[in-house]
Amino acid sequence: MSAPYAKLPAWADYGLIPLINLTVAFIVAGLVVLLIGENPLRAAVILIDGAVGRGQSIAYTLYYATSFIFTGLAVAVAFHCGLFNIGGEGQAYIGGLGVALVCLTFDSILPWWLTFPIAIAGAALFGAAWAFIPAYLQARRGSHIVITTIMFNFIAASLMVYLLVNVLKPAGSQAPQTRTFLEGGQLPKLNWLLEALGLSVRSSPFNLSFLLALLAAFLVWLLIWRTRLGYEIRTRGHSAKAARYAGVSETRIIVITMLVSGALAGMMALNPVMGDQNRLAIDFVSGAGFVGIAVALMGRSHPAGIVPAAILFGILYQGGAELAFEMPGISRDMIVIIQGLVILFAGALEHMFRPGIQGLFASLSPRSIAVEAKQGERA
Amino acid sequence: MADAAIELVGIDKSFGMVHANRNISLKIPAGTIHGIVGENGAGKSTLMSILYGFYQADRGEILVGGKRADIQTPSDAIARGIGMVHQHFMLVHNFTVLENVILGAEGEPLLKTSISKARAELQRLERDYGLEVDPDAVVEDLPVGLQQRVEILKALYRGADILILDEPTGVLTPAEADHLFRILRQLKEEGKTVVLITHKLREIMAVTDNVSVMRQGTVVATRKTGETTVEELAELMVGRRVLLRVEKGPARPGEVLLSVRNLTVRDARGVTMVDNVSFDVRAGEIVGIAGVAGNGQSELLETITGIRKAVSGTVTLAGRPVDLTGAADPAELRARGMAHVPEDRHHMGLVLAFEESENSILGYHRQERYRNGPLLDVDAIRSDAREKIEKYDIRPADCRLRTANFSGGNQQKIVLAREMEQDPKVLIVGQPTRGVDVGAIEFIHKRLIEMRDRGKAVLLVSVELDEIRALSDRILVMFAGRIVGEREAQASEGELGLLMAGVEQKEAAE
Repeated sequence: MSAPYAKLPAWADYGLIPLINLTVAFIVAGLVVLLIGENPLRAAVILIDGAVGRGQSIAYTLYYATSFIFTGLAVAVAFHCGLFNIGGEGQAYIGGLGVALVCLTFDSILPWWLTFPIAIAGAALFGAAWAFIPAYLQARRGSHIVITTIMFNFIAASLMVYLLVNVLKPAGSQAPQTRTFLEGGQLPKLNWLLEALGLSVRSSPFNLSFLLALLAAFLVWLLIWRTRLGYEIRTRGHSAKAARYAGVSETRIIVITMLVSGALAGMMALNPVMGDQNRLAIDFVSGAGFVGIAVALMGRSHPAGIVPAAILFGILYQGGAELAFEMPGISRDMIVIIQGLVILFAGALEHMFRPGIQGLFASLSPRSIAVEAKQGERA
Repeated sequence: MADAAIELVGIDKSFGMVHANRNISLKIPAGTIHGIVGENGAGKSTLMSILYGFYQADRGEILVGGKRADIQTPSDAIARGIGMVHQHFMLVHNFTVLENVILGAEGEPLLKTSISKARAELQRLERDYGLEVDPDAVVEDLPVGLQQRVEILKALYRGADILILDEPTGVLTPAEADHLFRILRQLKEEGKTVVLITHKLREIMAVTDNVSVMRQGTVVATRKTGETTVEELAELMVGRRVLLRVEKGPARPGEVLLSVRNLTVRDARGVTMVDNVSFDVRAGEIVGIAGVAGNGQSELLETITGIRKAVSGTVTLAGRPVDLTGAADPAELRARGMAHVPEDRHHMGLVLAFEESENSILGYHRQERYRNGPLLDVDAIRSDAREKIEKYDIRPADCRLRTANFSGGNQQKIVLAREMEQDPKVLIVGQPTRGVDVGAIEFIHKRLIEMRDRGKAVLLVSVELDEIRALSDRILVMFAGRIVGEREAQASEGELGLLMAGVEQKEAAE
């Protein structure tokens, strides 16, 4: 007899369980803070206040979240096809090259709103191209995509250092970065959006690519759940045999999925490169590609989960920076530990509390589950 | 009668709201063979899993040899002399028989001494019970029947007095099954108690002393085997009268719709799985392929349907050739009128995590009628799924429900509905009733006959010989990748059984 499935209502599945995981993560993180002799409650207050306390900090939080939405979506799309794309970091880095080349070429000729679509295409194209090679190797040669995408992160890093130092750096400059883009290569800020809500923002990197990220989240939802391609991606993700049976070419679906995934990762570069720094600098991705993995895990690979998860990690980033600043005992590394705990509980241990909660639901509100199971049993 | 070897008192077990076992009380007398029959989902396996310590009962107690036994884990069960032979063997393939037998019961850190002790013990067991098997043979080289013997030896080596066998004959030829029954009788004579879980009533009649019938989590009856009939047991299992025979008129074969010539298929290791196979299937007939599992039937099905590549051979579908060695693709074959109900419903025929409606278009999702601009037409897909649910009486009638939540029989109906409603010319069916309850079997068999009568060519592969004999108009027997014989539907079970065991072929070679 197969084990019966207790199906949770959606709000518990997508709301309650992540909340419990998060709470446990914070409790354990609090214990760590306690261990180094600081007050965990005060630390929590500083972190939360530093991330959402003022208009200024909210803008920073959303700026970080923008990057994480892109990389989270990239990882999620690959997840749906059963592929673990760890290469978001490298794909975003190379995507930045695409953005920079477009901006350096057109910033003196075109206004920003014409450069922007070209830059989007450039970011997507370069990111996708970087994902194509591991995808092809997986599909045709069976090289495991986890290994190849990790390797490609390193190759991307080295390649970018070479290009920045030897090719893209303006003559006479000491810093390994491109020249600053002119106005035609700069995205407008969205600070007015927060100010319209009555918040005050002095200056922040929060820019237009945030709206692009939300649009991308909607389009990913449409792609995965409402198109034939998405249907085939999900079929392959759940069962390679079923995909073969349904006439879905393994090679084609792996390559296409990774191109989409790489393009999304690449588009992350728009946020820091075109939206904030207005130049291509070394290491501008700074871990956002990896955070995307945690965001996708926590968001259950669904855009509606990824956006809040990305904002949560934005809070951790921004609030964490404030915390390191305010509490001398807590270093930047401590913040990484807290983030790691969130990833651990929200991602890797996602199933730890699930059976208990399912049991609880079965005994508290048995109706939905019972009807389903009984009917399944009959006939 | 002797004392009870096992007594279950008021066993109750729920998974969430599924009440798998309800207040079950059962006495299994020592030194007997006790059958437990029931449909899938009746709770047989749950009950045995409780007895063997995989699950704990919510209520009730287990008495072994008259003493209360607190069985928390399988090792508790083993310590009380309960052994289990699983449906899917738990053997390490690249170990020898001896190594498998002592696995987990090595006793000492150094293997050398325990191996020689085990060898002596194994020889004694083989002598006592007629369980001959070479202790130094590597398990993966042994035929399935012998692997099963290794499982039995493993249990006996651990001192089992009570042996539970879960669907033991599913993978055996009729002759191998008979041999197994002889071993079971031998075990009984030596004073062991045997519990046989099965859904094959014929086996119950052949070998057991007593039989308990389970339905919807309860034991509905326990009978002395000598005092009951197959018909009574079937009725008890289903709760209503069942037609065990399928009614069908004579076939009216027409033109050849599927023609296979000299088909050869190798697996990834280069082993020939299908060896120069040729046959035809005509419109309006069901051709059955009988054979013990693993003799190339699966590979044959997957090749004809374009999932696997052939090494050589030709296939003609409705008069037009199919390139099976190169670019054949399941989608193309589907478009040309070939429908396929695959053997592996869980991993191939369905995506269990999908909604029912999503599975109702698997493989046909590129059709225009499910498309709305660049998107899938979700409304069209769902209304289409609802129609099929009604027509095939799929329960629960909810096209948004996760497919995993349907019972085996209803899952199979989802696949059948999808494939049959395409109105194909050729229908390829693998193991249509595996893991399907008796009520649904009847329904599925009727539909297959209906397809035949509507002039479709049906190719049926099944390891259930009864099913092949009941449905087929012609029977092909496959052994070691080859078709070793063709028989009329009236062929006797014994005759087919010999072919399935490859007997005739060996004689011809000599």
